[in-house]
Amino acid sequence: MNLYTFSSPVNFYQLSGKLIPWFMGGAVVLGLLGLYIGFFVAPTDFQQSEAYRIIFIHVPTAWMGMFIYLVMAFWGAIGLAFNTRMSFMMARALAPTGALFTFVALWTGALWGKPMWGAWWVWDARLTSTLILLFLYIGIMALWSSIDDVKRGDRAGALLTLIGAINVPIIYFSVQWWNTLHQGASISLTKAPSMAATMLVGMLVMAFAAWFYSIAVAFIRVRGIILERERQTEWVKTILEND
Amino acid sequence: MKSRHKKLLVIVLGVVGIGIAAALILNAFQSNLVFFFSPSDVAAGKAPTDRAFRIGGLVEDGSVKREGDGLTTRFLVTDTAKTIQVVYTGILPDLFKEGKGVVAEGRMGEDGLFNASQVLAKHDENYMPPEAAHALEQAAKAQQSLAQ
Repeated sequence: MNLYTFSSPVNFYQLSGKLIPWFMGGAVVLGLLGLYIGFFVAPTDFQQSEAYRIIFIHVPTAWMGMFIYLVMAFWGAIGLAFNTRMSFMMARALAPTGALFTFVALWTGALWGKPMWGAWWVWDARLTSTLILLFLYIGIMALWSSIDDVKRGDRAGALLTLIGAINVPIIYFSVQWWNTLHQGASISLTKAPSMAATMLVGMLVMAFAAWFYSIAVAFIRVRGIILERERQTEWVKTILEND
Repeated sequence: MKSRHKKLLVIVLGVVGIGIAAALILNAFQSNLVFFFSPSDVAAGKAPTDRAFRIGGLVEDGSVKREGDGLTTRFLVTDTAKTIQVVYTGILPDLFKEGKGVVAEGRMGEDGLFNASQVLAKHDENYMPPEAAHALEQAAKAQQSLAQ
């Protein structure tokens, strides 16, 4: 047995089935812990007092929206290059979750922007590029569902995902490259985080909760896609008969 | 070279090509992607004179003056090099404070007075409890008095 074992749908179906409860459980535990730290343990902010606490949802969802897109682009590239079946299925399974997280990030951003900045929405580079990310997700999903031929749909979707991937670094660096109303990054790899330790811990725990949730729902979705695509095979027929 | 490696190479080159194209496009649109101009930009004539635009900077300490009607506010926006005088009638966001970031949208009058139609607060990326902010302020003051 090696890593490639799980690039076969039947093995991946069984492995993911075993892992889903663990990831889902982890997401619930980490989510509750993160919200507890965020709302009850983390201190009040000196500028924004209690209103800043939406950061515990806003930042992890925004990270996840961008990160899932990169993962989809990775699977798309692997699928196009090596024609591996699981890659395209993973990309299709991830898209709705990425779109959901991007939507929540935009929405919580609007709720945060109104009391703090004085506007629900502004067309600055950070906000606009994040809106484009949501449109990319929706566009890719629309493209998939508009092409009946699964293989052609897979390839077209992967190509669009790869072209759109250029938007992710634009979102991330927009606050450095241009004057934006959105503030710069509090957390980055190149400098010490500019927030109190408890706040940072709460945000990171929420980020891990988002990871676990994403993995769990992507697995649930990919199992559905595997069954649909492999419905002619013996192993799927056996599973369906036994249920 | 195997055909699938060739394919991967084509994909990688394609993505690099798209990246370069995007960089060139963004470079060309650079001026439109600017959300606001600093007072120095305005002084250098980079801001448009014929239409509304946004200025951004810090509200100068001690410059905020409210007029008798209770809604009109006058203040100075500074980037520490240049300042612009702004007049605004309306409700200011909670985070609007002297010494803090601000972005104002409006038109430049011929007298050099910026007539704002909207004022937004721009806060920074620092989050900390009030006690820590207070401690930092004290430390900065102590440092200043040492320097003098």
